[in-house]
This record gives sequence, structure tokens and C-alpha cells, in this order.
Amino acid sequence: MTIDLLPNIDTQLIEILETVSDPEIPVLSVLDLGVIREAIEEKGEVKIKLTPTYSGCPAMDVIGDDLKSAFAKVGKKATVELVLSPAWTTDWMSEAGKRKMEAYGIAAPLEETADKEALLGNKKIVKCTNCGSTNTHLVSQFGSTACKALFKCDDCLEPFDYFKCLK
Amino acid sequence: MKDEMLYNYILGIADNSLILGQRFGELCGHGPSLETDIAGTNISLDLIGQTRSYYQYAAKVSKKDITEDDIAFLRLEREYRNVLLVEQPNTHFGFTIARQYLFDVYHLLFLNELQHSKDETLAAIAKKGIKEVSYHKRFSGDWIKRLGDGTEESHEKMQEAINGLWRYTDELFEMTEADHEMVASGIGVDLSQLKETYYEELTELLTEATLEIPERKYFSYGGKKGVHSEHMGYLLSDLQYMQRTYPNMQW
Repeated sequence: MTIDLLPNIDTQLIEILETVSDPEIPVLSVLDLGVIREAIEEKGEVKIKLTPTYSGCPAMDVIGDDLKSAFAKVGKKATVELVLSPAWTTDWMSEAGKRKMEAYGIAAPLEETADKEALLGNKKIVKCTNCGSTNTHLVSQFGSTACKALFKCDDCLEPFDYFKCLK
Repeated sequence: MKDEMLYNYILGIADNSLILGQRFGELCGHGPSLETDIAGTNISLDLIGQTRSYYQYAAKVSKKDITEDDIAFLRLEREYRNVLLVEQPNTHFGFTIARQYLFDVYHLLFLNELQHSKDETLAAIAKKGIKEVSYHKRFSGDWIKRLGDGTEESHEKMQEAINGLWRYTDELFEMTEADHEMVASGIGVDLSQLKETYYEELTELLTEATLEIPERKYFSYGGKKGVHSEHMGYLLSDLQYMQRTYPNMQW
């Protein structure tokens, strides 16, 4: 499934790419996140194109270093290039990734219209990751990292993160 | 010559983001509530992230042996090209929000045009930025409404902030030599085209927030030429402290 989303990745590299995760959301691999736009092997060297989720995302430097060291471990040299265009969207996250994220306690991004309704507080549609209730409300449009908003459940009263839809 | 003009043009855009990011970032740990504090730092982070993309590109365009850090930390006050609006200090929270909103509305209009630039790198940075700045504007606009249409005191403070900052708005649309050159070559944005929409949008939101639109005939200019207000030096002394004290230090 990740292969469908990322046609420009050499299949033999997938196994190693899967081992590199987002430092803020460790259950998500860089492939789940959809930030690898290209990974090809040429003359023994791996060339990776990485796109940031948000411009200022501090995780990008870490992910770049992690990628290099993951390939170094198997004796391959990797170069990482940061690309901005086309800009990352939450559509590039894999379905498996979204499920893993939910299990980890972060509500996955809704589709665009639903996301707007949720963030404007018009509709109660974001599901609590703790009890599953949609009786939740937005606490802040900005959460613990740039890509998340903060919600609270009005049934079980737990606060939780919601991964914002970005299109 | 053309590269130098492009370099100047990029800095003109980037410096606004850097200085506003630095200003809002000063509130880190001092926001009125935890959520607002986090929102403020997130917005600053977006702005500084955008700045990095611009500066990295500018460093490449300059063809000199410089990096984004040299551009950010080692210029003199007169070499920064940001508008006066973004360097104004955080006095009270209403003021910080008003400054943010007055810039956010402009910023989104600007990036919406810049994404069609013939320069692929600038267009890419703009496309990325649009997604982020839409969130910024939603945040600052919400607070304008909440405070403007809030209590008597919050209304008064918000009105005072809008009145105080209004004189810096016209500079956003001032065209520099680099702007003219870049518009002519299909790279830059014609700022004069954005002005009407900008004031229309402000009028709509301020009216909804029960605030009055200031009537002002005189505006302040200078930032784009490097002539800054007295606040800029203090801001830079904070921003540049590490590089000035420990030259060439790296994280």
C-alpha cells in the first residue's frame, strides 16, 4: 500500500526506510508519514528526497540524520535532499499509518471539509482516542507540535492531540 | 546584477518572517495561557522555518561563500529589510495579536501571488507557506474578534492596538527597486495589486469584532530601506547575541 503512494522508491530500500521513524511520533515510519518523495540507489549510493510536513519542523534534521545512519549501518552511503515542492499533504500519510497513530493516542486527520468544521468548532466529529466518543471540543488550534491541534473529550475528560489536515 | 536584485528581493520577503517570528517567539513561556503560548511558538516556528528556506535560497543565489546563518545573524541593522510593523515590540497581548493579524492578512495575499512566480524555488516556498499562514490568520483573526467583541477593557485595548499599528500598514505595499525589477521579470508580486483586498478584508473582520477602522492619512515608512524604528536594535542584540559573542559557533 505504501508502494502505491510512493512510486519513486526503489523496492529494495523499503525495508530500511521502514526502520526510520518520526522522532515525535515514534510509531510512524517515514513511509507512513509520506515524507519520503524519492529514494533511489545509484552506483551504490542512496539518494533520498525528503519533504517537510511544516516549514519549521525541527524533526526534519533528525530524520535526515537518522536516514543516513540507518543506511550507514548496512554499509550504504545516503544523501538526503530537502524538497519543498510539491508541498506535503496529510493525504500522503498511509492508511496503516493513520491507524497506528490512532492507537498511539493521536486522532488522525479528517478529510478537508470535515477538518475545517472541526477546527472551527462547528461540528463535533473528532473522535476521542481514549474512549471513542465524538463529544469532544477544540482546546487550541495549535498543539504540542506544529502539525497537531489540541482537543479535549467531554465524556472521559481526557485531552488528546489531533493531527491537522494539511492540503 | 540580476542575481543581486533577486538576492535583495528574497531578503525583503524573508526578513519580515524572521523578525516577526523572533518577536512572537519572545513570548515563549510568557503567553497568557498555556495553549496560547504554544500557539504563539508554533506560529513563530513556521515563520522561522519559512525564513530558513528563503535564506538558504538567498545564500545560493549570492554565489558567495555564505550560509543561511550568516544572513540571519551577521548583518547590521541597516541591512535588514523588514517592514516596521513586524519589529514593533510586544506590549500587551492584544497588541501582539493585532500586529500578527495585520501581517497575516497581507502575508496570505502575498504568498497566494508568489506561488505563481516564475522562480520555482520561491513558488515552492510560497505554496508550502500558504498552508501554514492560513492557520496563523485563523488564529489571530479569532482573537481579534474575541477581544474586540469581548469585555469593555479588552475592546478598548484592541482598538488602541489597531489604532497604534495602523500607520505601519501602508508600508507593506511600498514597492522597492527590487520589487519593480522582479515584477517585470515575472518573479515578484505586484504589491499595489494587493492593497485594496487587504483593507477590505481588514474592514470586514474589524467591523465584525465591533472595532472601528482608523482614519489615517499619514503612514510610517523606512523598514524596507533599512531605516528601522528604535526597537530594532534591541531585537537584533537578542537575536544575534550568540554569533556576536562566540563567532562561528554552531549547534
